[in-house]
Parts: sequence; structure tokens; C-alpha cells
Amino acid sequence: METRRCVFVGVGGQGNLLASRLLGEAALSMGIPAVVSEIHGMAQRGGVVESYVMMRGVTSPIVSDGEADILIGFEPLETLRTLAKCNRKTVVITNTHPLPPFTVSVGQGKYPPVDEVLDLIRARIDHMIALNGTRLAEEAGNPLSLNMVMLGALAGSGATSITGECMKETIAGSTKKAFLESNLKAFDLGMEEAKRLTG
Amino acid sequence: MHKLLVDSPGKEMLLLGNEAIARGALEAGLAFATCYPGTPSSEIPEQFFKISRETDLFFEYSTNEKVALEVGAGAAVSGLRTMVTMKHVGVNVAADPLMTLAYVGIKGGMVIVTADDPSLFSSQNEQDNRYYARLSGLPMLEPTSTQEMKEMTVAAFDLSEELDLPVMIRTTTRLNHIRGAVRLGELKPIKTKDTFKKNPSRFVTVPAVSRNLHKLLLERYDQAQEMAEKSIFNRIIGNGRWGIAASGVSMNYVSDAITDLGLSDKVSILKLGFSWPIPKGLCTRFLSQMDKVLVVEELEPVMENDLKVIAQENAITIPINGKGAGRLSRLFEYDPGMVREAVAEYFGVDYQAPEMVDLSDLPELPERPPNLCAGCPHRATYYAVKQVFGPDAIYPTDIGCYTLGLLPPISMADFVICMGSSVSSSCGFSRATDQEVVSFIGDSTFFHSGITGLIDGVHNNHRFTLVILDNGTTAMTGHQPHPGVDTGPMGVERTLISIEDVVRGCGVKDVHVVRPFKVKKTIGAVRAAKEYNGISVIISEEVCPLFAKAIGRKKRTRPFHVNSDKCKDHRDCINQLACPAMFLEGDRVSIDKNLCNGCSICAQICPENAILPLKE
Repeated sequence: METRRCVFVGVGGQGNLLASRLLGEAALSMGIPAVVSEIHGMAQRGGVVESYVMMRGVTSPIVSDGEADILIGFEPLETLRTLAKCNRKTVVITNTHPLPPFTVSVGQGKYPPVDEVLDLIRARIDHMIALNGTRLAEEAGNPLSLNMVMLGALAGSGATSITGECMKETIAGSTKKAFLESNLKAFDLGMEEAKRLTG
Repeated sequence: MHKLLVDSPGKEMLLLGNEAIARGALEAGLAFATCYPGTPSSEIPEQFFKISRETDLFFEYSTNEKVALEVGAGAAVSGLRTMVTMKHVGVNVAADPLMTLAYVGIKGGMVIVTADDPSLFSSQNEQDNRYYARLSGLPMLEPTSTQEMKEMTVAAFDLSEELDLPVMIRTTTRLNHIRGAVRLGELKPIKTKDTFKKNPSRFVTVPAVSRNLHKLLLERYDQAQEMAEKSIFNRIIGNGRWGIAASGVSMNYVSDAITDLGLSDKVSILKLGFSWPIPKGLCTRFLSQMDKVLVVEELEPVMENDLKVIAQENAITIPINGKGAGRLSRLFEYDPGMVREAVAEYFGVDYQAPEMVDLSDLPELPERPPNLCAGCPHRATYYAVKQVFGPDAIYPTDIGCYTLGLLPPISMADFVICMGSSVSSSCGFSRATDQEVVSFIGDSTFFHSGITGLIDGVHNNHRFTLVILDNGTTAMTGHQPHPGVDTGPMGVERTLISIEDVVRGCGVKDVHVVRPFKVKKTIGAVRAAKEYNGISVIISEEVCPLFAKAIGRKKRTRPFHVNSDKCKDHRDCINQLACPAMFLEGDRVSIDKNLCNGCSICAQICPENAILPLKE
């Protein structure tokens, strides 16, 4: 498979940095050259957190606007906001569960209805996989395993050459025992849902 | 065992850029490390802090960057291999010792890491610290990948000892925070003690000594330049007549651009990793073989100007351009698309930018700025101060999480330029205006550089209130300890210094220690401070909830909920506190029980007492 530029976006605390690191490690374990790029610090205090994973043939650690092959959004509004990284052919995988920012709570702006958000995304790209990852994470027994659901959905989408088995081995290698079962279950639920949605 | 202590030469690991630097230092036999943490440098010392508990490595979180460099200087002139790390603006704090340490030099290899922050992800400016190499006369290395971050660190120690000079490694945020494959080398044994040999004509910089030392520094500079000519980190890649000069992370964008545009036969790249002193011979050879040259470097046109000087000295008249080509500017970090476009435009190559999705007709999306966490004690302190001083007092603030007090509805940050400026600028504000002045500083920042300003305020009879937000950790940069922290739970023995004792020792007579989650009492203390004619200090003590959780010391608290029968929809809670655990459900305020930290501030300010703890 050729070069893959993946963008992860989420809200501080949703665990997208861990997800991108695990994807990078899984790639490396399969012998696929990978660079992961993260932003730490101020941006993590409840703000938007973006990370990138570049696989094969690229050394640049950032994705320019319009150049993402895959966008994995942990929150629908942030997926929409990050569409600037996408082109028509980008595979967009998004969680549908909204986390309204506090600016909305204090009346500075309105959170559009989620269906509208998804329609706005769908109208601009050819491949969107929208799943309620938050619900699947809860179903797996740990609301914090959303990042595993999303990695599962990525594996289920077939958009990279990283296999589900390899991804699960990597997850198992860096998860505390107490969370291992729920993490792997969350991954499987995400993978099955993405497979179901892509038919 | 810490993962960076794996002794398996040849093994490949996925490492964070900052981990790669730490590993490089260990492979060079690092014995002594100091720092003041600061994004994007913080994960380097984080490794040393953990490793120092398992090995003979000495590591300390120093009070500030100047102290860190001076502590390091003592070790390095005694003969130990030493690393000092800081963010770019930290070098400003350390600039005083830096300039003269360059004169006296070192004995054990010393590497200073400056982590620059183009695009200001987590900083107050985006200064280009390549100028510090030029200002101090010290050699500088600029890695381009995780592998190079490790390799250059090892090489920097050897270089430092060959030249008897500290060597600077300059990174940028993108490099510090990428993860990439790193092939490990051998770990060197470390020398943890040596003997300081007295030599006043080298180490005591009175004018008569320094006159000689400056001359010596210039000789070493020439020697360093010769080494840069032969360095493996400096080379010309390719045989084409279109030249591109690059360093740092930009090198990756250039190399991807050449691949994407299919220009590898037409282009030659000048890659400068050992970038200062600039290898003039190599640069001249490069320039003399090119038809035109594009310089790709983030921030200032440093290399561009150097190359123009070299061209002039050698009567080379080809076009050399950097800033202004395409969208390449002095502002912010670059990206691959921007560099690809600039290369195509500069050399007149056909290029179609990828088609972006059209977002022009999107509805306005609500912003999501970073915010104080649920249960953050700073929110409570800000609330209490605002009840007494109102919106019109001047609120100088400082560098830390609490700078987020800038955002509405708190809106209590009026002036900040650097660490410690809250206190000292308040001295000026209180004299220059008749407005009331209340300044905010964090505990770590107070130790870093708030104390001298406080002494100034007391001594010169200024009048303002200083609020020290003591959350028991250096929160913003990732929960490092500071002199006021009990480090026992972190597994190291350090002597705790009481902030209150320091404040009283500085001569402050009106001192109030408050627990900000006790709203009424805190407001009472703020009132008393307001009445005082002179400098009053409020120390607001409550541990950072993220830190408490991280060290397993979080007290059990019950989350709160809004009782909809009692709630009369005043919305004081959400409008004045803007806690991220609160949201509107339909028209009414609701609390997310998974986010609520149980701090109870909202319950204390609700006029209807409608916010109550959830029953178990």
C-alpha cells in the first residue's frame, strides 16, 4: 500500500494521542516506516488536540490542508472543523457523540444538531464512516476506551494496511491488565461496526 | 527498568523526539542533568527524573533556567558530562550565565537544549534561538528527525569536549513531539565524580581575564568552523543546479517536496545540521555550483542572510531567496504543502495543489479554546477575588495554567510578558495609575522569578495584592515538582521550602493563607488584603486535581447535580464559573457527573442552594 497520511482529532482527555502512538507502533512492528506527530502542553486543557500518523514514504511530520488520506474524529464538531485537512477522497471516520464546548454553555455560539454536522461532512467527502463510538466504549465496559473503538473502526475500514491482529497485539502490549479486556472489546466493537457500515 | 535504559545496541524503538535526545545523552555517558521544564522541552527532563531514581545519574528540577545553567556549569567545569534543557524563552533567563560560560568553557561535555516554538503552540513569543549561537559564539546543532536527535546529542558531547565549549542543540516543537524510529547505540558507563582544578585565569572572569578569554573564544570559534566543514551532519545532496538550503524540520518538507514534484535530478540540497559556525567552505562550493538557491527555514532569515554574505564574499551573483518565496514567511511553522508550492513556484515547475474541500459555506462553528479543568482551584480563587475587586482592577498575570483566566467569563488577565512579570509589573501599575492592582502568579513561577519582584515591591513601598496560586505542582508543563513541593510521593528526597516563609522573609507583613474551595472565607481574606496599605499577599492552597489523581492522592468527593425543583435558572454557576462539567440541557443548567470533580464551588454560590451532592 502507498503513503498514508492520517489525522486524528479530538478533545483534550479523549485519548487520541495514545491512539496515534499505538497506530505508529503497530506500523513499525509490521516494518512500515512511520512518523507520529503530537501537540502537548496548553492545547490539552480541554481544547482541540490533533495528532498525525504518516506511513511509508513521507518524512514530513505534518499534514497540510487538503492532504489527509484518513481523518479520524473523536467528536463530530471537531471532525467537521478538521475537514480543512481533507479532500473529496479522504476516508473520514467519526464518532457521532457530541461534546459541546463550554463556549456553547455560556452562550457564545450554538452547537449545530449532530445530524446536520454529519450531513455537512457527507456532502463534502465520498467515504464517511459515522459511528457512536462513545456508546460502544460504554458497552465495552469503559467509557475511556473510545480511542480503542476508533482504532478498531480504522482497522475495520480497511483504509490502512495495518491488520486488526497487529493493532490488537500492540494494544495488548501497552495496556494495564485492568483495562485489557475492555480495551480489546472496545476495539472489536469498533471494528465490527465499521465493517458493518462499509458493508 | 526505564525503557531508555535498554542496553540493546541495534534495536529499533519508536521514540518521542525528546526521548531520543534523552537516550542520546545516556549513550554519551550523561552524569548530570538540570532543567526548568517548559513546553516543548519538558519530556527530556521527565526521562532524566525517572532514570535518576534507577541509576547514578544526578538530576534536578532547578528553580529557573539561569539557576539550571549555573548548577550545570559547576558540574561541567568539574569534569562531568552535563545536559541542561529549557524552552526557547528559558534561554533568555539563562542568557546571563550563557554568554560568559562561553568564555570560560567547560571540561566535561556540556549540551544545552533550546526547544523553540514556531507557531506559539504553548509560548508567549516565537523567537528564533539560532541567534543565541551567534550571540554567544557557541556551536549549534539542528537535528531533523528522531534518529538525528539521538545521534546529534551523542556527537554534541564529543564536540563539546573537543572544543572545551558548551554546545547548543536547537529543536522546534514539531521535532520534540514527533515519534519516530530510533536505532539504539551502546550505553556508556558514567563518571559521576571528578575534581575541580582551580584556575583563576580561566574561571574568574574579572576584566583582565575576560579580555584573554574573548580572544580564546574566537580561536575556538575558528576551530569549530573547521569542524563544521567536515561534519557528517553537513552535506550537499544531489547533483542538480537548482539549490535548496534547509535545516531543522524544514529539511523533511524539502525532501518530500522534491519527491512529490519529481525534481531529484534537478535539485541539490545543502543540509546544515551542524549549523553554527556556518561551514563557509561547504556553502561556497554549494553556491558556486547552483543557478539559483531557495532557503527553507522557519522563523528568521538566519541561514538566508549568512548565505548571502558568503555569496558576496565570493563574488557569486546567483539569486538567493527565502522569505517571500511563495508563502514562506517569518511567521509560524511551515508545512509540506507550503514548501512544495514554494519550491514549484521558485523554480518554475508545474504544480497542481490538491483540491481541498470547500468550507466557505459552513455555518459558524462554536470555538473550543482550552479551559481551566473541572474542579480547578484557580477558578475558585479568581471567583473570590472578582467578588471583592470587580472587573475594573488591573490583573497582571503570569505563565501557567492560570493564564487561561484570560477567557470569559473570568476575564482576569490583563498583562503578561514573561515568567515573574506579574509581580514586578504590578509595582509599576500601582505607581503609574490610581487603579487597584491584583496580580496572580503560580507556585512554581513564584520560585522561578516572582521573589525578586516581591522584594522590590516591599522595599520600594508599592501597594498591590499578590495572589500566589499554590496548587502543589508545576501543572501546565506536566506536573513537575518545585521547591515548595513535598517530593516524597514522587520517590525523591528534597527539602520543602514554605511559600509563606519566603513571603514573610521578603518583608511582607500582610499575609493570608486560604483554601479557595471555602468561598466565604476566601472572600473575607481578599477583603482584608484590599484594606491593607502596602503589599499584601494571599496564598491560595489547593492541589491541582489532575496531579492529585496522578499521584493517587485524590480525596473521595461526590459529584454534584442540579436539583431542578429548586433551580430558578439564575445561571450564576455557569455564567460566572464556566466549569466544563456544566452544560445546558434544553434551557436548564446540568452537571456532567463524569466530569464533576466535587469541588462544590457552584453549590456555594448558587442563590437557591439548588446544587447538591449526588446521593451514593
